[in-house]
Amino acid sequence: MDVIFENLPLYWEGFLRTLFLSVVSGIFALILGTLLAAARVSPVAALRGFSTVYVEVLRNTPLTIAFFFAAVVLPRIGVKFEQFEIAAIIALSTYTAAFIAEAVRSGVNSVPVGQAEAARSIGMKFGQVLSLIILPQALRTVIPPLINILIALVKNSSVAGAFFVLELFGYGRQLANANGDAVITVLLGTAFFYLLLTVPLGILANTVERKVAIAR
Amino acid sequence: MKAFMSRRKSFVVAATAALALSLSACGGGDSGGSSNPSPVEKPSFAAGTTMAKLSSAGTIKIGTKFDQPLFGQVGLDGKPVGFDVEIGKLIAAKLGIAADKIEWSETVSANREPFIEQGKVDLVIATYTISDKRKQVVDFAGPYYEAGQALMVNKDNDSIKKPEDVKGKKVCSVTGSTPAATIVDKYGAELVPAATYSACLEPLRNKQVEAVTTDNVILAGFVDKEPDAFKLASEETFTKEPYGIGLKKGDTEFRNWINDQLESFGKDGSYKKAWEATAGSVIKTAPSLPAINRY
Amino acid sequence: MSSVLYDVPGPKARRVSLIASIIGGLLILGLLAWVVTILAQQGIFEARRWQIFTRGDVWQLLGKGLGSTLSAAALAAVIAFPLGLLLCLLRISDAAFIRIPMRIILEFLRGMPVVLMMLFILLGFGTSAFIAVVAGLVLYNAAVFAEIIRAGIQSLPKGQREAGLAIGLTSYKSRMLIELPQAIRRMMPSLVAQMVVLLKDTSLGYIVAYGELLRAVQVMADFLGTQYLFPIFFVAAAIYIAINISVSRLAVWIERRGSKKAAGGMAKAEPDVLEAAAP
Repeated sequence: MDVIFENLPLYWEGFLRTLFLSVVSGIFALILGTLLAAARVSPVAALRGFSTVYVEVLRNTPLTIAFFFAAVVLPRIGVKFEQFEIAAIIALSTYTAAFIAEAVRSGVNSVPVGQAEAARSIGMKFGQVLSLIILPQALRTVIPPLINILIALVKNSSVAGAFFVLELFGYGRQLANANGDAVITVLLGTAFFYLLLTVPLGILANTVERKVAIAR
Repeated sequence: MKAFMSRRKSFVVAATAALALSLSACGGGDSGGSSNPSPVEKPSFAAGTTMAKLSSAGTIKIGTKFDQPLFGQVGLDGKPVGFDVEIGKLIAAKLGIAADKIEWSETVSANREPFIEQGKVDLVIATYTISDKRKQVVDFAGPYYEAGQALMVNKDNDSIKKPEDVKGKKVCSVTGSTPAATIVDKYGAELVPAATYSACLEPLRNKQVEAVTTDNVILAGFVDKEPDAFKLASEETFTKEPYGIGLKKGDTEFRNWINDQLESFGKDGSYKKAWEATAGSVIKTAPSLPAINRY
Repeated sequence: MSSVLYDVPGPKARRVSLIASIIGGLLILGLLAWVVTILAQQGIFEARRWQIFTRGDVWQLLGKGLGSTLSAAALAAVIAFPLGLLLCLLRISDAAFIRIPMRIILEFLRGMPVVLMMLFILLGFGTSAFIAVVAGLVLYNAAVFAEIIRAGIQSLPKGQREAGLAIGLTSYKSRMLIELPQAIRRMMPSLVAQMVVLLKDTSLGYIVAYGELLRAVQVMADFLGTQYLFPIFFVAAAIYIAINISVSRLAVWIERRGSKKAAGGMAKAEPDVLEAAAP
């Protein structure tokens, strides 16, 4: 246990770095994912095709390969960045956006079409239909899977450690190396800090799920 | 456009050189990469010692690195080659165990001590630096090689000559390795962690990091493969990393026996041969066996 | 053809959408061409680089890696599913002293990164890399399966359970005979999507040096030289995507067959929502 307390500053720094990666990637992923979902059902065929291909490919690629492309292929073709965190954020957000796109699309499609048709037939504009009728109903079904996706994002940030980024899991391995006699304790400490992020999100998901549950 | 063309040309030259070198060096079996020391016929050991047990079992489990060029690197056939591997083969031969009867497992840095403690391996020969902290958990025979930490930079970079020059700059090394910790704690560099040392080459090439740091022999191997791209910041090393053979704590007989064998390797030339078969392709002069530390 | 967001396009909208399609298509093609040109300038497509794929031992190693990936995934899937079922039953048990600890355990298992679990099992219990990978995958995915099935059971009309209890079935029998079969059928797409995630997560075995496909690729790149890095990774990516897409298509096929057999046809909206399994 002493190992954990001695290295608390290092654990905390790793925690903050992981938090940073997760939050920034999460925001980008949400934006990109929503745009992709809108493109997926749009009448413009090129957008639809692009979005479908994007989502299909990224949902079926392991995250490590996505990281490889962001951290190794991109610099090769000339897109260089000062900080490798940018590559990690690109990889994480593009990967997660595919899953968010699917969740948002399912959520929007779960709203009965009649709602939208009725709204349009009484003369509401696109923005009004979206904000007053569709979104409130769609969010009910979208938010729990969305939070699960964000929890997965937090955990996936651990892969960034293999691609030039300092984060919690990387620090955990560093400490495990340095303290060969207390490897289990070190790893438990790392797990604790991950749970610090994922368990509150899980509780949030459960609360939202219960609040928006429709009585059947 | 011209920049692209000349860059492409030097790239092709370097790649061809690397290809030629890798084909010749990693031939595996004949000219370089591995050797086959003949096992001792019917060795005898005192009953109850680890040596007797291993000898009568006819097989030994050795942990080594699978991703360390020149010391322990796994080939396409799943068998590791390198200087550490050679030392292991020599020791096994003295136990009467043929080289192909050795069970190699990969010991990454984090699991060297647990593997020894749990008995999953009998020995660990994996660029294992002897330190007092580790001696609390395992015992060390050797050292069998004294490495030193060094820096590798791009060929055109003259601003980094000594380790102090990397203060505040980005340096690439393997997550959790001793060189990584040293370059940050002692010299104030900004660490860019990578999964393996060869993964550090791309960022260095793309100038996203200014230097790569690890043991000098490994760096020399990279420089040798691409002399137009990289160079060592200086010929001197700035730490001392004595590599030892890790074994179960308290097994004094085994440790003394291994130390005796190491000294004999140094005298009868097999140490030199092992070096020349592996790391010698890069560093031509074989080192002499360092003074064995019997504690 | 009106969807939720967009109305049926009229003639003007159709014209605009056609123009946008053409422009968009050209832009995307242009982007692809640019990337390919730059890579070609770097010499990625030179035949010399791809010649290693004529070597038998390269394909052998790739094959071995693929085999390791599939065997770990298959074993993990076969164990994780029944385990998930069991955990789910415990999670929704009527006895609070089972339910609450179970909830804590499931939160714990779902909250830890899989890499951490694999490393933990390898170092803590001294197992082989294969066992560590399988156990890590099993623990994590069983927890996720439990959650998915639980969501399925809770999405059933309450009347099902009430009817079961009313005709005298015990709580346990009601679950096994009435609720679970329906829940599983409903959640099939979600469950199979999670299987795909399981398959992809085998690539996290790098942390315990398990010889699966991605690690075999790394070993090859290290051993043969970094100039082969790109071709090797492209091929590995292609293999992974191909396998995963086939498993996903298999899922869609199973769902289509299943919904034909299901009595009365299940409402398609719900499973669609939960199809968005967490990455």
